Amino acid sequence: MKLLIINGYVIDPSQGVNTGRNLLIEDGRLAGLFDVSEPAPADAEVLDATGLIVAPGFIDLHVHLREPGQEYKETIASGAAAAVAGGWTSVCAMPNTDPINDSPAVTRFIIEQGQRANLANVFPIGSITKGGEGRELAEMGEMKRAGIVAVSDDGRPVPSAGMMRRAMEYASGFDLPVVDHCEDRSLAAGGVMHEGRWSLVLGLKGMPATAEEVDAIRDCALAKLTGARVHLAHVSTRGALDAVRRAKEMGLQVTCEAAPHHWTLSDEAVKTYDTNNKMSPPLRSQDHIEALLEGLSDGTIDAIATDHAPHHADEKALEFDQAPFGITGLETAIGLAFELVHQGVITLERLVELCSTKPAKIFGLTERGTLAKGAWADVTLLDPQFQWTFDVSASKSKSRNSPFTGRSMTGAAVATIVGGRIVYLHPDFSRLTRLRTNAATR
Amino acid sequence: MDGARISRALARLASEIVEENHGTSDLYLVGIRRRGVPLAERMADKIADLEGVRPPVGIVDITLYRDDLSTVGAKPIVNRTELDDIENRNIVLIDDVLYTGRTIRAALDQLIDFGRPRRVQLAVLIDRGKEHRELPIQADYVGKLVPTKRSEIIKVMLNEFDEEEGVVIVERPAAAAEAV
Amino acid sequence: MPTVFNHRHLLGISELSAGEITHLLDTAETFRDVSRREIKKVPALRGRTVINLFFEPSTRTRTSFEIAAKRLSADAINISVSTSSVSKGETLLDTARNLEAMSPDCIVLRHSMAGAPYHLARICNASIVNAGDGAHEHPTQALLDALTIRERKGRIAGLNVAIIGDMLHSRVARSNIYLLTKLGATVRIAGPGTMVPKEFAELVDVGLRIAPSVAEAVSGADVVMILRIQRERQDAAFFPSLREYAIHYGLHADHLQQAAPDAIVMHPGPINRGIEIASELADGNQSLILDQVANGVAVRMAVLYLLAGGSRDGFIEESNGPAKPERKERQGNKG
Repeated sequence: MKLLIINGYVIDPSQGVNTGRNLLIEDGRLAGLFDVSEPAPADAEVLDATGLIVAPGFIDLHVHLREPGQEYKETIASGAAAAVAGGWTSVCAMPNTDPINDSPAVTRFIIEQGQRANLANVFPIGSITKGGEGRELAEMGEMKRAGIVAVSDDGRPVPSAGMMRRAMEYASGFDLPVVDHCEDRSLAAGGVMHEGRWSLVLGLKGMPATAEEVDAIRDCALAKLTGARVHLAHVSTRGALDAVRRAKEMGLQVTCEAAPHHWTLSDEAVKTYDTNNKMSPPLRSQDHIEALLEGLSDGTIDAIATDHAPHHADEKALEFDQAPFGITGLETAIGLAFELVHQGVITLERLVELCSTKPAKIFGLTERGTLAKGAWADVTLLDPQFQWTFDVSASKSKSRNSPFTGRSMTGAAVATIVGGRIVYLHPDFSRLTRLRTNAATR
Repeated sequence: MDGARISRALARLASEIVEENHGTSDLYLVGIRRRGVPLAERMADKIADLEGVRPPVGIVDITLYRDDLSTVGAKPIVNRTELDDIENRNIVLIDDVLYTGRTIRAALDQLIDFGRPRRVQLAVLIDRGKEHRELPIQADYVGKLVPTKRSEIIKVMLNEFDEEEGVVIVERPAAAAEAV
Repeated sequence: MPTVFNHRHLLGISELSAGEITHLLDTAETFRDVSRREIKKVPALRGRTVINLFFEPSTRTRTSFEIAAKRLSADAINISVSTSSVSKGETLLDTARNLEAMSPDCIVLRHSMAGAPYHLARICNASIVNAGDGAHEHPTQALLDALTIRERKGRIAGLNVAIIGDMLHSRVARSNIYLLTKLGATVRIAGPGTMVPKEFAELVDVGLRIAPSVAEAVSGADVVMILRIQRERQDAAFFPSLREYAIHYGLHADHLQQAAPDAIVMHPGPINRGIEIASELADGNQSLILDQVANGVAVRMAVLYLLAGGSRDGFIEESNGPAKPERKERQGNKG
């Protein structure tokens, strides 16, 4: 089984490639980059990528797939379908399911469901503590053996510094990164949006930026103490980014990710009380958005992650105070990331690095995030000029909680290849015109 | 109809009102907003000229008593109604134009909410003719009977609002104006 | 051309222009006359249905709206939803859908959560009146306060108004700050640091200042508004004790001596005597409190008349929240 992607412009930061190349895939693995003038192997299927960017498959470090337990919001299959439609070849599933992923049994179940869906690669993240309750360490070693790639108590941050220290020390023994949702509950409890002028105007309880910042500073200090790999999830504040920047300068193993909604929308968006603008961390004020753009541009931010958090329409139809936190994000993230490219905040190469090369490194996903010969054939094809409008009603996710419906975007992932198989092809890039056997091209 | 003729018509109406009511005792002129109000004030002046006594003038704003509130577009602005005790008084309602009779119906409803007058009469500057009436309401005192078509609008202009005096017939919608 | 009030809903003062506020107040004055007559009823809203939907107990506001609706000849229906039935899973959405079956023209909503009226406005055809939503707004309270001030002072523009107490949790404070500053008054606010966040100064662009103490806020004020202190805030550690609050943030007679000579003291009630306001000061203003009750009915009549009277065409759609809506002026025609 051979697939040749011809005439594409290959961007692979892992090898420093940034030029026109043909890419050959053989039996689910990458068989190398070739000069466009080189003849194609006789038995290969050909995908014409003229005008497209060929990038190593995109990896989303932060999704909530809701299975097991909340299949009415999302299943691993529906989440994986949304992922590949958004250009993601791999997704890392947060453990706050029901039951929570704090045991190898749940880990194995998630992996099996991912294989059954057979779309994106699904990598489970185990919980730091049993039941995510912040008291006793979960069986990280056993979960690692079953297939987790990181540990996190996302959504319920580890409240005590002492517990977090132990988690970092223990996780280091299995070379697992510890992912923290930075939020000091004593500052943020009860809050439903960013604390600032808009929370006062709207009469909603605010979550101060400080709540994220003090926890981020704590985690960086603990990273220094323990030497552990620490990854800060969905960083949304200037202070947290400053902490990460300092930690990196000190040579600590601290990384962080940013979610597209946090740089795209500000807290002003809440003014209609639309619960699709309610998420945690909340949409922040302009100054924090500027800090995020700086971080994306200067390298402080390592990865773009969606924090895809599907919720049922009935849950989001509650009053703002009562609706759950979170929005879907798998199908809008790349379009929103392209806005940064078009605005000149980041280069295309940096986009690929943020969505593929770096995420693979952070979670230690070997033979992914690269187009090197021998690696897994996970490839994302991008059209930077593709104009489209997001319609949430056509989403592959089971949920509809997105603030971006109706938003016009330029740039999208138009084909997604996982393990050498084309698992998603945008309808406008029909197989008939794009994909043909090599015999027909002669 | 120009300013002088409006003034003469009011003078005639004033003498008719005084005659019919045997003087000015218990007489209470009530103008219907908007143009009925200056007409009532002028009428009171004319009566004062005749009798040496100026009857009191009240104001009704019929907005809240209209029967067409559900069909008008923007909400009409509600102005004040200014009425003293009307119990056992001889009320003369005064308006500029009598047309369908619905405005007068609304004014009568409002008067009744304020008390029980002995008698209510109606004086108008212009009566557009009985054939337009949608309610059994007729004027007791008429300045001028002006038979008009439905397609026409009578415009009464008074110095207080319009910076000129006169009555004109206007085609609906605004077309050539023709002096009456 | 006179200002025409073309809003479909009254969700907050923040979305009204100065002209619209003045128009509401002028209309309310006319309705105050109606309440002074022997027959305190006009047929303006005959055949219209007004539902008072209260998710929070409030006898005074509910009664005021009920009287207002009845004096306009509307059919008024009161529905009190206890918070317990909400916790049993009946949502605002469910309730609203049931109410729509009655095809109300107007729903007056009191709710403990900010933004609930916006939610209702999105799903109902009726005009929504916000009768207080969480810590967001209480527009009719601000309008009745303004009517009372205008009655006493003859104007709003140029007045110095002090608002004292818990700004953070007060919808009354927010609505009053918007209204008074839009009409050209200067507002100074004061209270414990835990209840007057420094961002409060940015609530409006002009006319608002945080004063460092009650004495400085009240000094030279024409109007002093006292916010009710909720005792449960003490448990949430917003202030150490009622005693301490009364001493440092209560209004005392010597404060008032520094106010303008004919200053008036207002309180949205019910008063915690001896805590947010010294007892003798509260009694000295009894007549003003009664004025506020009468003005409350008049303001609510004006609001109901302007929203539920007239045809349903020509409204400004404002489901986009407190952002400034584009104004489509329409002139009324005498029919």
